[in-house]
Amino acid sequence: MALLEARGVIRRPFFEGRDLDLAAGEIVALSGPSGSGKTLFLRALADLDPVDAGEVRLDGVLRETMDGPAWRSRVLYVHQAGVRLPGTVADNLARVADLHVQRARAERIRAGVDGLDASTDADRLSGGEAQALALDRALACEPAVLLLDEATSAMDPETAARWEGRVRAFADAGGAVLWVAHDVRLAGRVGARQERFP
Amino acid sequence: MTPLALVDLTWWDLTLAAALILINAAASLALRLGLEKKLLVASLRTLVQLSLLGLVLQWVFRQPGPWAVIGMMLVMVVLAGWEAVRRTTYRVRGGYLLSMGVMFVASMTVTLYGVVVILGVRPWYTPHFAIPILGMLLGNTLNGISLGLETALEGFRRDRPEVEMLLAHGATRSEASRDVVRRAVRTGMIPILNAMVAAGLISIPGMMTGQILAGQDPASAARYQIFILFSIAGGVALGTMGMVFVASRLVFDDRDRLRAERIRRVGRP
Repeated sequence: MALLEARGVIRRPFFEGRDLDLAAGEIVALSGPSGSGKTLFLRALADLDPVDAGEVRLDGVLRETMDGPAWRSRVLYVHQAGVRLPGTVADNLARVADLHVQRARAERIRAGVDGLDASTDADRLSGGEAQALALDRALACEPAVLLLDEATSAMDPETAARWEGRVRAFADAGGAVLWVAHDVRLAGRVGARQERFP
Repeated sequence: MTPLALVDLTWWDLTLAAALILINAAASLALRLGLEKKLLVASLRTLVQLSLLGLVLQWVFRQPGPWAVIGMMLVMVVLAGWEAVRRTTYRVRGGYLLSMGVMFVASMTVTLYGVVVILGVRPWYTPHFAIPILGMLLGNTLNGISLGLETALEGFRRDRPEVEMLLAHGATRSEASRDVVRRAVRTGMIPILNAMVAAGLISIPGMMTGQILAGQDPASAARYQIFILFSIAGGVALGTMGMVFVASRLVFDDRDRLRAERIRRVGRP
């Protein structure tokens, strides 16, 4: 059975009747032209935007039976830009660690990001470093499903490879990943099944 | 101390005062500011609006029973609530109604506390206490509500990525909107705090001036002014918080999703 299952998801005028089956341990690379609605599809799965129709289930449980925050902490969307809050890297991690739903993992979330100094002002991070912060923060939250939106696109190849390895490890440990990526070789590197959008 | 005789102003006195407006007119003409028409309209509005207010209050003060006072207070609250939203450039649906509701709760709570508990006036609707106090509160609460609402809605639009990042990690709407809400409430409360810090140093506050002109002992007028400033601070805090909390509830839906499309930007009036 799929870990994340979507049936007939519609968000007009961007996409109609999308299905998705994402099994535990699986990475699916989603590619398609810019502006085709890939990001909106990820946002719809994460329940960040309302949809016009469709069913989404996690582990067979219908999304509407869980409240929004609980769903999103399990099906976690990571924005391409590596969104930062004001303050240091440590402040950024602490803000997420303090969320009620993340209490159990607070220590792990605060632990710090591989390759980043915790006292660095988050505003000064490069694009790639900000993406590293975002990915680390997301992985530390131990979601069931990661929805990655070009999550390593601004990293140098070496750094990208390291984070691809961490995402692969997340899947190997039973997670599932839907990864929007323009880099066609990414799928090969992380052993992903490829799907086109729309 | 015996109160000094109140110097009653006649229409002739006001005509003399209007001569002072000619300074503005001269400046506008000499520097080609193009303000003559605006100046004329502003002067006429001052004259007409305040004269009317005087007549209305005269009538209200003569009515027995609470209804004229209650009616007057409601009209004032509704106008202030409307004006608070009219000044903003970001709007949500139902904003006008909510502003009026928040304005009502904040200003009436503080007015009643002031009139009944602090001044000990019976009955509470004694018009020459209740109406001026409410008026002072409304003017300032209006500012707080307006600034708080504007800052909150602008914040949700501008900081949408940050708010949604927190939501994406499982934040509830109140967790995700904490920073925006804090900033908005602060912004709404700062003007009255600044006014309190400057009170009496830079200028003599309007109400105290009025009382002194009316022959009151300045020390007693000062105590009244302190009471009014504290009341205003309370009203502003209640109004600003109320409006910011309600507005930040409205921009989220029942699944704690930020619905930024509910925030409209309008041209500055």
